[in-house]
Amino acid sequence: MIEGLNRPFSVVVAVAAGILWTGAAGAQTAPDELDYSEYAIEASLTGEDGAVASGREIFADRSRGNCVACHVNSEMPEADFQGNVGPSIDGVGDRWQPEQLRAIVSDAKKIFGDQTIMPAFYSLDVGINVREDLKGKTILTAQEVEDVVAYLSTLKEEQ
Amino acid sequence: MRTPGILAAAALALAMGATSLVFAEPADEELVIDGEIEMQTRVEAAEDHPFDEVISGWHYRTEETRALEADSFANPGMLYVEEGEEIWNTVEGSQGKSCASCHDDAAESMAGVGASYPKWNEEAGKPFNIELQINACREQNMGAEPYKFDAPQQKALTTFIKHQSLGEPVDIDLEAGEMQSWWDRGEDLYYTRTGQLDLACATCHEGYNGQYIRADHLSQGNANGFPTYRLKQANMVSLHNRFRGCIRDTRAEFPDAFSDELMALEVYVTWRGEGLSVETPAVRQ
Ligand code: HEC
Ligand code: HEC
Ligand code: HEC
Repeated sequence: MIEGLNRPFSVVVAVAAGILWTGAAGAQTAPDELDYSEYAIEASLTGEDGAVASGREIFADRSRGNCVACHVNSEMPEADFQGNVGPSIDGVGDRWQPEQLRAIVSDAKKIFGDQTIMPAFYSLDVGINVREDLKGKTILTAQEVEDVVAYLSTLKEEQ
Repeated sequence: MRTPGILAAAALALAMGATSLVFAEPADEELVIDGEIEMQTRVEAAEDHPFDEVISGWHYRTEETRALEADSFANPGMLYVEEGEEIWNTVEGSQGKSCASCHDDAAESMAGVGASYPKWNEEAGKPFNIELQINACREQNMGAEPYKFDAPQQKALTTFIKHQSLGEPVDIDLEAGEMQSWWDRGEDLYYTRTGQLDLACATCHEGYNGQYIRADHLSQGNANGFPTYRLKQANMVSLHNRFRGCIRDTRAEFPDAFSDELMALEVYVTWRGEGLSVETPAVRQ
């Protein structure tokens, strides 16, 4: 059967792709290789640390994270029109470990359930009819996810 | 699904504590146009409806925007109603006819018509909205070219015709022809997530109406005010333009205006707003 022939082949391809999913930034873990079974992703998606300042920019940037569209963030009073579709992001670094934040940002559906409105920022399992030029692309790159996670981890109520 | 009741109110109260947003909405107010026409902007939903209460987008707008709609002298959309009236009376095409040649006074012939659209068109074998009906009359009855999507005349004439139903409750006939199967398809589309952001109409308008997404106060996404005057664009916006904008915002390719997909969506979305008064031209942000 075609099924039987296909399966081992596609597994091999997937694994190979997972080890070396090379984007512009070099070696990184592919979106479909992430293991959400513990509701946390242990290792950096790029093997590198995230940059806090860059993460802060991405949080506000409409064309990238646009997180303020849905989250109030009082650490960022200069960003106007902070939305309240999601909970306030204040103190999120107290509530979640970096490994959990990495999972939330990469694919919130794996944490909050399929119905969540929060987009999956590092997943290719998205909606139908994706805009032509965005096909096969994640919203954020692996390094951008790391940067956002690094920034979120600094948001603690008690400092 | 969540209704904008106690839950949303509690969420709002929480959010308000944490931010500087100033609002208390959906506004608890009544829309009376020119102190005369009492509009139905909050109505009890039918039993099979996802909401308990159907709420017009008017309630979700700012005080200033709401005031503009309540006063037809201040409502910038009324200019387009006047423009539409002129077109109604203008002879065009090879037959030497205007709309008025056959339909006379729109205040009579078109009263209530807009509230019953989209409507099954037997000859075309699909639902027609006002725009498609205008084009059919232009082609078949006037010997004139159909309007291109969103041509200024199309928007003005549609606004004029819909305005003849101001205050009438939206009520479409799903028993006619194959309307029900178009409704079914529209419902499917309404709950289908699109684009890189992976959002369905329902994700925003059903799950989170009452909340702010950026500067936008999310409404139930009803169609009863279309074409609407949008302050942001300083222009009339057609329903299919709005649909396409909402789909585009999910970072998806969007269907053509008047395509089967968007006609199905129009049937379904209009049904969701049944009972609300036609507000054309509504004013939105
Ligand atoms: C379209 C709205 C939306 C956008 C955009 C969005 N989120 Fe969320 N987010 C939510 C919602 C809603 C929740 C709450 C979980 C739920 O109800 O599904 C949430 C939850 C979270 C949480 C957990 C919060 C807590 O206090 O427990 C974090 C962290 C988070 N989001 C981070 C982000 C970041 C970072 C971005 C941008 C890269 C982002 N979100 C973009 C809607 C959004
Ligand atoms: C030569 C006569 C003629 C002209 C000119 C004409 N129409 Fe019509 N129109 C008709 C006929 C016939 C119908 C079908 C009536 C019926 O529903 O039985 C119709 C139907 C309509 C309807 C649907 C009414 C309903 O109850 O559903 C609308 C709206 C309409 N016309 C608008 C226009 C507009 C706008 C123009 C000018 C651009 C126009 N018509 C020009 C003959 C005409
Ligand atoms: C990302 C969230 C989002 C999604 C998804 C979305 N919309 Fe919207 N929509 C908005 C916003 C924001 C507005 C403007 C404020 C309001 O009225 O909600 C709006 C407005 C509308 C309006 C005008 C309401 C009025 O009273 O003027 C309609 C109709 C509408 N949307 C239909 C749809 C349909 C149909 C879909 C699915 C194809 C859809 N929307 C998907 C965010 C969204």
